Amino acid sequence: MRNWKKALGVAAAVAMAATTLPTAVFAEGEETFKIGIIGPMTGDYAQYGTNVYNAAVVAAEEINAAGGINGYQVEILAAGDDQGDPEKAVNAYNDLLDKGMQMLCGTVTSGACIAVGAEAAETTFLFTPSGSAVDCITAGSNEFRMCFTDPMQGSKSAEYIAEKGLATKVAVLYDSMADYNVGVHDAFVEAAPEFGLEVVADEAYTTDSNTDYSVQLGKIKESGAELLFLPNYYSDNALILQQAADIDLDVIIFGVDGMDGILSVENFDTSLAEGVMLLTPFSATAEDEATVNFVTAYKAANNDETPNQFAADAYDVLYAIKAAAEDAGITPDMSNEDISAAMSASMLNIEIEGLTGTAKWTEDGECDKSPKAVVIKDGVYEMME
Amino acid sequence: MKKMNKTTKNNFINYGLVLVLFAVAQTLSATGNLSNLLQGLLVPLCVYTIASISLNLVVGFSGELSLGHAGFMCVGAYSSALFSNVVGDALPSVPRLILAILVGAAVAAVFGILIGVPVLRLRGDYLAIVTLAFGEIIKNLVNILYVGVDENGIHVTTNSSGLKLAAGGKKIMKGALGISGTSTLYKDIKPYFFLIGVILILITLFIVQNLVHSRSGRAIMAARDNRIAAESIGINVTKYKLLAFTVSAALAGVAGVLYAHNISMLKVSIFDYNLSIMILVYVVLGGIGSIRGSIIATIVLYALPEMLRGFSTYRMLIYAIVLIIMMLFNWAPAAIDWRKRVLEKIHNKLPKKEAA
Repeated sequence: MRNWKKALGVAAAVAMAATTLPTAVFAEGEETFKIGIIGPMTGDYAQYGTNVYNAAVVAAEEINAAGGINGYQVEILAAGDDQGDPEKAVNAYNDLLDKGMQMLCGTVTSGACIAVGAEAAETTFLFTPSGSAVDCITAGSNEFRMCFTDPMQGSKSAEYIAEKGLATKVAVLYDSMADYNVGVHDAFVEAAPEFGLEVVADEAYTTDSNTDYSVQLGKIKESGAELLFLPNYYSDNALILQQAADIDLDVIIFGVDGMDGILSVENFDTSLAEGVMLLTPFSATAEDEATVNFVTAYKAANNDETPNQFAADAYDVLYAIKAAAEDAGITPDMSNEDISAAMSASMLNIEIEGLTGTAKWTEDGECDKSPKAVVIKDGVYEMME
Repeated sequence: MKKMNKTTKNNFINYGLVLVLFAVAQTLSATGNLSNLLQGLLVPLCVYTIASISLNLVVGFSGELSLGHAGFMCVGAYSSALFSNVVGDALPSVPRLILAILVGAAVAAVFGILIGVPVLRLRGDYLAIVTLAFGEIIKNLVNILYVGVDENGIHVTTNSSGLKLAAGGKKIMKGALGISGTSTLYKDIKPYFFLIGVILILITLFIVQNLVHSRSGRAIMAARDNRIAAESIGINVTKYKLLAFTVSAALAGVAGVLYAHNISMLKVSIFDYNLSIMILVYVVLGGIGSIRGSIIATIVLYALPEMLRGFSTYRMLIYAIVLIIMMLFNWAPAAIDWRKRVLEKIHNKLPKKEAA
């Protein structure tokens, strides 16, 4: 028994010592630009965090191979895990600062991004690939984003549906407990009448009860809707599609970027997703050169996993950082504040041809690019005109 | 010192412990030896310390199980954040924060009474069940609430489009999107939040320790140890249990206030049942009924997963193993024996003062 305790003691001591060791993706060299990433690496939304991280690493390797930024190598620090929790995200942010972070590519989820945004305001350059709530980047002038905002996605969806004449009677089914879903939903419902769409059924479920949708789907069927708008993440949507098929609900399904990933849900019959339309800036099956190169590099580095749009956003963020850094002429020996100020000014000058479209940035930090829609045909994404 | 009785001494050790930790943290931070990570952990540590001390009052001293402390934190957090946002710049930040703390505590206390009055009359595990439900109900209620303010006053609805605000109106609470930007209202006193947190811990300790060692506290513990005996000597069991429960709820509300004002994003999904269980874990592993244990366990267990960040994805696995080891060390009979033996050995080696 006593030996056992001793062994435990030693193990604990080793564990404590190990925590103090720096863990970095690249070997310690001379001066490098250190970029931190915060997102859910474990827990419910782990896929988003890991996709962002992996894509950033792919982009950093490419940038380094091509000579780095202003002649300095880029180093992606070990990912800061926040499990989607604002408080843990702030902890991760502080931890990354200890590890020498100079610029932040994050955070991945919205709530966490708002909390970190308040901390980073005017001190550390923040560039979120996917924090889509409006307040994510309002705390400081040094905060930018790559994706669309939730309200923008909602109203753009309504506009798109009306313009293409897909339907006039629409139904919505959404998670009323998650900020992303609510943000998109509210904007969609608000914008729908402006575009002549009638919301005939507005049904909700909560994160705690996201396994059975039969009641809501039944109501939607009775309402006579022609199109079902699903502003939810793909895991919920997979179940919804399954159960909609069970009751023979024959409507057009329309999703937003959270729908992306539905084809890689385990045990999901992809034929159910046939004809599903979604507003997403990225399709891994697109055939342009940039996408093909990125998808090949990503797959090679990550056990043949297919990257989703979070990965594409993160990849673009790294290249946007590169473009702005070269425009600003920053060097790694500058303080975080100086880098932040210089980068923020340069962000307005750059325009990049990214995976998610041609992007420019406004003074508010919003990304100015046009939305793209895809439709799922034969189990792959196809760009819609 | 000699005249001081054992309980007073014990109480002062607890105050001393908090003050020493505060002094250490301040010295380290003043000399620049405190990492950003630790600096950021200080206020959350205060939040959870207050929460676990308050839960210990219910679990340890009144012998009831509450699984809804996150619910009380949530009520305190939201009511105070609403207050701060509505009042805005009409008050300077210090009195505004003090009032916000009082508002949070009062609202949480009201909910504590509402739940306690019917449930604490019953015997058995009903409080655990009802508080568990309370936590979930509050979470769902807050989730659909939309609150806005304009020149006509405060508007409350249950869906976003129903909020008809006059021009210049401000949406404060946005359902699942929560309340954002509370901490920016307190930018000027943000560096003092740790000090405020420590003062709140001391107040919490003062309230709990004095309650426990008062006439009422003895009645509370008598009711816990033997309800029939307590009733037979004329103690109104429900009244005393309600007293303990309400005080505990109010203090949990204070923890919520501190949480809400320290972070600029308040979303309701944080106050779920996992948080209640986490606080309960702090209390149980620190030793039920031991306030000092609660403080130490909270500090160790809250800081641990953050300190383990170096292990990246394995850190939660290691955290779980540490929890199990701590539980065995604290409660397994073999571990208790071993601890006793070691303590005895140390005692034998020390020169005996009393014998001389």
